[in-house]
Amino acid sequence: MIQEAGNAVVGGMETIRAISATAVPDIPFVRTKPVARVELGRQKKRGRMIEPAGELTKDEACRLLEAVGREADIESFEKLFRHYGPRVKAYMARLTRDPNVAEELMQEVMITVWNKAGQFEVTRGNAGTWIFTIARNLRIDAYRKNRRPDFDVNDPAFVLEDAKNAESALAERQDASRLKDAMKDLPQEQIQLLTLSFFDDCSHSTIANKLNLPLGTVKSRIRLAFARLRAALEDGK
Amino acid sequence: MNIRHHVSDELLVGYASGTLEEGWRLAVATHLALCPNCRTRLALMEDAAGELLEGISPIPIKVSSFDRVKERIKNGEKNRGFSPRQPTKMPKTQPPTIPEPLRSYLGGDLAELKWKSLGRGAYHIPIKLADRSTTARLLRIPAGKPVPEHSHGGRELTLVLSGSFSDGELVFARGDLEEADANVQHQPLATQGEDCICLAVTDAPLRFRSWFMRLLQPVLRI
Repeated sequence: MIQEAGNAVVGGMETIRAISATAVPDIPFVRTKPVARVELGRQKKRGRMIEPAGELTKDEACRLLEAVGREADIESFEKLFRHYGPRVKAYMARLTRDPNVAEELMQEVMITVWNKAGQFEVTRGNAGTWIFTIARNLRIDAYRKNRRPDFDVNDPAFVLEDAKNAESALAERQDASRLKDAMKDLPQEQIQLLTLSFFDDCSHSTIANKLNLPLGTVKSRIRLAFARLRAALEDGK
Repeated sequence: MNIRHHVSDELLVGYASGTLEEGWRLAVATHLALCPNCRTRLALMEDAAGELLEGISPIPIKVSSFDRVKERIKNGEKNRGFSPRQPTKMPKTQPPTIPEPLRSYLGGDLAELKWKSLGRGAYHIPIKLADRSTTARLLRIPAGKPVPEHSHGGRELTLVLSGSFSDGELVFARGDLEEADANVQHQPLATQGEDCICLAVTDAPLRFRSWFMRLLQPVLRI
């Protein structure tokens, strides 16, 4: 399956690269001041803001997504939108200074979520992960001109995992809450490297330059982070 | 299938985050099609990214934004309903040797390919990439023979699709991915008995605009 780069977003693309180099990585999990509330008040004049959604548990998010997929339930979709819309917008804003581009990409993502919700596998999936992959793919298509080759699970040459492994992979995914805890236990420096990798489009060598670290250190820290997460999941079995 | 040489964390993070250039991504995606083990590793990385997304500081959005999305959904961008993704059960014919996405890049499976001779019994097929920062080709090395000499500036990825090759002590068979950088001096040798067919991706060679630099290239060895 080869996906041609879409041209969903046109304006503002040129500015994107330059910005990622200067953006200061803000680190998830370290929530400083409630910036959002200040902005809410300030922007009231220009349009009512969506009330920030309360905590949405993983199970709830999965159930909502399932309802959207099976019944095209707009109320469930709105709850997902309130929770994920502002997050997806923040993810998009990591690579652009233009809020309109981030807004447009966020809308694209949420419409894709609506359209593809039927393909979400509740038993295997994790709503946040699923939405991340949609956002990531749209971001690649918008920012990179080249194609995005992917494996195809329906290809007859695709090698399926054998039943035993499939089961343990399943158990692993159901332990999503364990992953959440394991992420909280990661040292800040490792979270920072994962954030730069996943959100700021940084390769290992870009990170090394940016943080003034030897490339080997970056590689081993990232490897260590995933080794810890894997170990945490295995402990739970 | 017993794959012993897997994709590195570095490349897999690049795949999961979407930063890999097309050529590298083609090799990694094709390896992933053959390697359930690495797909489990990929799933963990994507779960970690999903977790980061939950923890990102959200940017507030306007109520009108949701109205706009609702409107766009109504206007033709339809919900396609419930269609769970399931691997299709194919009739028990011989499955293709070359998995997707590589098969589409080549325009067919092994039997349909048009090989070009490299001399000494070796053949290749250059693969067209939209992104020219890497070069990809399918190589066919005659059984028992070394891989013909080729130059590359940086990283080289080799994915075996059929037959096998040895590189020093290590043996690479179907699905195995070898990752070498420029300073690795290596001389892969196809195993006796069967031709080795593999995908090779390298950094594109340096190309200079100036005719003067091009003239000097062989002299300067760059």
